[in-house]
Amino acid sequence: MSDEMMDEEGGVVKKFMYVNRKAPYGTIYALESLEVVLIAAAFEQDVSLAFIDDGVYQIKKGQDTSGIDMKNFSPTYRALEMYDVEKLYVEKESMEERGLTEEDFLVPVEVLGRQDMADMMEEQDIILSF
Amino acid sequence: MLLHTINKSPFDKNTFDICISHAKKGSSILLIEDGVYAVMKGTAYEGKVKDTMKDVKVYVLGPDAKARGIDDSSIIDGIESVDYVGFVELTANHDSVQSWL
Amino acid sequence: MGTISVNGQDVEVDEEGYLANLTEWTKEIGAYMAKADDCELADDHWEIISFLREYYEEYQIAPAVRVLTKAVGKKLGKDKGNSKYLYELFPYGPAKQACKYAGLPKPTGCV
Repeated sequence: MSDEMMDEEGGVVKKFMYVNRKAPYGTIYALESLEVVLIAAAFEQDVSLAFIDDGVYQIKKGQDTSGIDMKNFSPTYRALEMYDVEKLYVEKESMEERGLTEEDFLVPVEVLGRQDMADMMEEQDIILSF
Repeated sequence: MLLHTINKSPFDKNTFDICISHAKKGSSILLIEDGVYAVMKGTAYEGKVKDTMKDVKVYVLGPDAKARGIDDSSIIDGIESVDYVGFVELTANHDSVQSWL
Repeated sequence: MGTISVNGQDVEVDEEGYLANLTEWTKEIGAYMAKADDCELADDHWEIISFLREYYEEYQIAPAVRVLTKAVGKKLGKDKGNSKYLYELFPYGPAKQACKYAGLPKPTGCV
């Protein structure tokens, strides 16, 4: 656990991590996670997003859902910065086994090896898994 | 012959492996929904997909691939992209369909 | 779900009056919705409404009020990117009310 920090009003700021492990359109998890992140952003906590396993596909460039009659929500990841959600981590092993590189993502990310990702998870106060 | 369909990512579920171990020579596999992630070049599954293609014709549902950001140039050579009409035709041209869910 | 009729065109709205299909939006629909709230839309209102439509086009999301204020400030200047200015234009809440007239869904995170 980290040392607790205070925000300007004296409230406690906790470290929240959202762990995303599902591809974007086959199930509802990715969209649900994104909506929770946007709503929770109003509470001004220390938020980070981890993309692991098929979760890395959520932020793949070039998504075009016009042929499948579903909303393409991938542009919304680019709005996260304006919600002060700036820590996006991608697991290196997950990225590489899917033939992806950092250039394939539509937002700037920090690529972490599995061990570093595990350490990062240990540092959190609250982990929400999708 | 059978048309096999796969709608799960090979990285998430073992559906792909189970399917290819049941697909007989001359049958076809159509990858749909999250199954389309198997058709990308450069993934850990590329070798397995190419091995499968020696005996089985592999198709991908184009709109599902596009939705997931997989453009034609990143699809393994020899995999044929079909649209919804093509999907229906494949269904009609095979004796039966096995959907691996 | 309900329907409103603007210039002979029937458009579907949700239970809170937000447009069901944002591609059906026209300026007339925006003005009609505002009128129903006793609000006459002037150029300053339309500037924010078109800003919101552009924002949605780019990010596929209706911004929360805090984010809207910041983004307006960046694009249109500090004298417009503050809550006083935006609340004067849209007293029911700038994000909520302006999004409605812009034909967007209710901002995520607005209850």
